Amino acid sequence: MTQDFSLTQEDLMAKYLFIESRDPYDSADSPNLLELVKGVRERNQDVMLFLIQNGVLATRDGARHSERYRDLARAGVSVLADSFSLRERAIDRVVDGVKPAEIERLVGLLLEPGTKAIWH
Amino acid sequence: MKILSIVETAYRATLEEQDDTILWLNHSLKNNGADVSLLLRGNAVNYAVRGQNAGGLAFGDRKLAHAPEPDRDLQKLMEAKVPVYIIEEDLRERGLAQAGLIGGMEKVSRKAVPALLERFDQVWHW
Amino acid sequence: MAKTLTIAIMDPPYETANTTTALRIVNAALTQGNNVTVFAYEGAVNLTMKGQQPHANPVKGTSVEQEQHPTTKDWIASLFELARKNSVKLEWINCGLCVDERGAGDWIEGPRRGSPKDFYEAAQKSDGILVIPAK
Repeated sequence: MTQDFSLTQEDLMAKYLFIESRDPYDSADSPNLLELVKGVRERNQDVMLFLIQNGVLATRDGARHSERYRDLARAGVSVLADSFSLRERAIDRVVDGVKPAEIERLVGLLLEPGTKAIWH
Repeated sequence: MKILSIVETAYRATLEEQDDTILWLNHSLKNNGADVSLLLRGNAVNYAVRGQNAGGLAFGDRKLAHAPEPDRDLQKLMEAKVPVYIIEEDLRERGLAQAGLIGGMEKVSRKAVPALLERFDQVWHW
Repeated sequence: MAKTLTIAIMDPPYETANTTTALRIVNAALTQGNNVTVFAYEGAVNLTMKGQQPHANPVKGTSVEQEQHPTTKDWIASLFELARKNSVKLEWINCGLCVDERGAGDWIEGPRRGSPKDFYEAAQKSDGILVIPAK
């Protein structure tokens, strides 16, 4: 079956805001989401990954799977972690590439024109 | 506004509701003029399997009148001109073969999803 | 100029972190001077039920007064007050069929009854849309 989904200029200007509330320890679907994030970025899209709730658990420096977020950041994805969720879980050192962000930042991103916000 | 509704969670209170509330919601949106398409992923790919039978439930004398029929609900969505996509890897992982599925859906690979998303203004993941 | 954010939520109170996150987003959006529309679907219609009562905590040994247990209806009432103070609009739509099947029709001042049509119309007029589903 053909899967040639064509692009327009407007499509190329879209911003993708993935909001990840799940963690790789509890959710078998977590790697699938990160794979999708990576795939969207590989098509030269502007991609942000905002980690929240238990989604921040694997950002702790030294945690298993934390390298996934570092690799996404190196691939050009803006990886943000909700400051409150980090503080709530006593995560004070996050892996390279992950930046703490306030909830106000998330609201600003949600309201940016052309943003597609995808909660997971 | 073109909307892609991605349905992942499956069998969430479908017996209490007698249907899937997200398939229902999307059918309602379509009836109200929304340009909506569906992408089934994760466990929701099982909704496309023929032969689901949740009939026969009773609690004391109270019988469940209408068992949920997600495969039929999907067919009704497609009859209402809602395109339905389904992730082929998620089917394969769950041992689901083409022969046992309803027709009319378009299979897409996980790798094709980023390009699919570009065709929509909004992507809602349920 | 104020922008409008529409959020669809599904989780019932006191079950998941999603509720608190959704209310944090609403709080931040209103504080920044934006309008917000919330479409409460399924269990989320229970968030605004008037009959919610704070309770004591027998494990901590605290009284009702000492515990100051939060209720979601009080948080949401406070969000309506925040919207009023900031001269922006918080529209809270409780899915009518979801209300009926739960007997959840007695709610605080502010929310109104609606349907998926209202959600769709709000989404069309919004600058940003977020769907937070129940797992």
